[in-house]
Amino acid sequence: MVTTIAPSRGGDALEFSRANGDLLVLTHIYTSTLVLGIGALFGMLQGFSRANWIVMPAWFDYYRMLTAHGVLMALVFTTFFITGFFTYSVYHTIPRVRSTRLGWIGYCVMLVGTVMAAVAILDGSASVLYTFYAPLKASPLFYFGATLLVAGTWFVAADVFLNVAWFKKQHPNERIPLPAFIAACTLTMWIIATLGVVAEMGLLIPWSLGWTSGIDVGLTRMFFWYFGHPLVYFWIMAAYAIWYTVVPATFGGRIFSDGLTRLAFVMLLLLSTPVGLHHQFLDPGISAGWKWLHTVTTYGVIIPSFMTAFAIFATFELAARKAGRRGFIGVVRWLPWKNPVFAGPALGMILFIFGGFGGIVNNSYSMDVLVHNTMWIVGHFHITVGGPAALTFIGATYGLVPALTGRTLFAPRLALIQVYTWFVGMAIMSTSMHWAGLLGSPRRTADVSYFGAQGAATWHPQMVGAAVGGTIVALSVLMFIIVATGTFLTDRSAEVRPAFGFAATNEDALETPPVLDRLGRWGVLALALAVLAYAGPVTQQIQAHAYLAPGMRTW
Amino acid sequence: MHVHRQERIWMTFGLAMLVIFLAVITTAAVVDGFVPPSHVQSIDPTKVAQTPPFDHPGLRKVADGAYEAYYVARIFSFTPASIEVPVGSRVTFYVTSADVEHGFSIPETGVNTMVTPGWVSQVSHTFKERGTFLLVCNEYCGSGHQMMAAKVEVK
Repeated sequence: MVTTIAPSRGGDALEFSRANGDLLVLTHIYTSTLVLGIGALFGMLQGFSRANWIVMPAWFDYYRMLTAHGVLMALVFTTFFITGFFTYSVYHTIPRVRSTRLGWIGYCVMLVGTVMAAVAILDGSASVLYTFYAPLKASPLFYFGATLLVAGTWFVAADVFLNVAWFKKQHPNERIPLPAFIAACTLTMWIIATLGVVAEMGLLIPWSLGWTSGIDVGLTRMFFWYFGHPLVYFWIMAAYAIWYTVVPATFGGRIFSDGLTRLAFVMLLLLSTPVGLHHQFLDPGISAGWKWLHTVTTYGVIIPSFMTAFAIFATFELAARKAGRRGFIGVVRWLPWKNPVFAGPALGMILFIFGGFGGIVNNSYSMDVLVHNTMWIVGHFHITVGGPAALTFIGATYGLVPALTGRTLFAPRLALIQVYTWFVGMAIMSTSMHWAGLLGSPRRTADVSYFGAQGAATWHPQMVGAAVGGTIVALSVLMFIIVATGTFLTDRSAEVRPAFGFAATNEDALETPPVLDRLGRWGVLALALAVLAYAGPVTQQIQAHAYLAPGMRTW
Repeated sequence: MHVHRQERIWMTFGLAMLVIFLAVITTAAVVDGFVPPSHVQSIDPTKVAQTPPFDHPGLRKVADGAYEAYYVARIFSFTPASIEVPVGSRVTFYVTSADVEHGFSIPETGVNTMVTPGWVSQVSHTFKERGTFLLVCNEYCGSGHQMMAAKVEVK
């Protein structure tokens, strides 16, 4: 199928750049699709284990599978899709004869890292879950693999930054094209966030190699969550990118406001990193005051979230009004619910409303004790990364693959059924998980019967509900794999190359204040905020605590 | 850059929510003391068994209806495995880990804290109802994590 992509169709530079990047983007998309398939199978088996339907065999035990599921879904599936989509966003909006070498190097480094981490997990030497909390000590291969996965994304980011810089040099009086701006803004956030990984790996790798004898557990946890929360925003910002710029194009709508979109992303950049302590509300060794400070900064995300909600619904309403539709029902019915490129992200938006409510609870400082490390949290991130983010990426894949291959989608009806079954399955699974969490059922536990303890008995019905919902989601992923690989394997060339384009804005982009495009400055400010928010807690960790813990393999 | 009037109203609503949430949380923290467990006290995780009071983990009565309970978390059990307190008792739990990261949670009571090697965690609760409460480790600690549990009997 690769041969269907001409290296160049002659013509203008934009055409050339498209042809150049298409194979790269397609490789990213199919890698993420494959990873989603494997991860979903593991997820379903976890549901079966916790419902006491099966017991995983010793050669592939629950925690090894849980590590694989978490790493593949949270770190690999999302990262490959997002870096691929942002490469597309830049290549298709900045007309330039370019080399894709940097992009390919990035992809290969990410892939090598993923394979290394996967080998370590599958051979049982890294059952440390995706959070790899020290002093659980995985084999060095796992830490090196994870580091390379992140290092690869830096090459992709460099490629994006260089293209944006080239555009600004060529067009000093123009605004960066909006999709390219969003890509560069999100990746600026990502670079700042992954500095936490660099710091943590700086402690973990020498320790895993036996060069240092002990590890400061509190400090590694703090570095991890410095990265861990912006990781969540990385998924959400990519989903927002698609909601703002791609979704309107599916019904001929326009982006509500160029300037407000840029402002929302700049705010997300600033508010992504100074917030991580809300994952450590129940940690000893961190004063309550620092935790309160991070509660405040975390709530700041309400502002760009509200702006986004307004812009998305305004886009829907303005387009529907143009078509002569009025009222809430009229607008909703008019939208293209039978197009999976629209329905995927739109169903994700519905799930995200509940994800947002749950997030407010999690961040509520003292209320967090009721849900921390319970199944509630698992329900929360499945209705956020497993809802809006994954459904948006899947919907976008249904648009990207035909556009990149020039083929029509294989079994488009199945694609439509797929997004709706995912929505239903995820709603059932997540509701069950939230409920089990409110009853106190712990997360990350192979079997929650506790030898028939009275308190644990109340959790079983919810665990069955989660397993049923999880099965529906896994079947949905199977449909997704069938559609994606079917499009790859069968020759269904379209008469007109299917489009996956970005919508135009309502207003003239030149009305946008130029200062919003100064991503370098915003990046420095974001870094300064992160340093301000973390200087105190990190100093406290280092000053109050001289004890190091030896590494252990407890699995 | 034009900001629509309806958007101004909507954003004012969002900002008001933000202010209200923070006011409620801050008031609850300052006035009622609803603060997440944030005890700052370090301990050498390799010498827990020799460090008082964790060299003799267990329940201590400090006054009528007031207890202190010292726990050591270690793969894959808690010491003590069971404690018994009269109904209405206020129990302050002190927990530390002798090996890896653990959790310390008594479902449906609000007792919930991380147990990090190198630190002592502290959390208090008044048991107002009789019964047998399950105490579980709610952070993954290894292959036997699902077996790591203890009991609190309230008579």
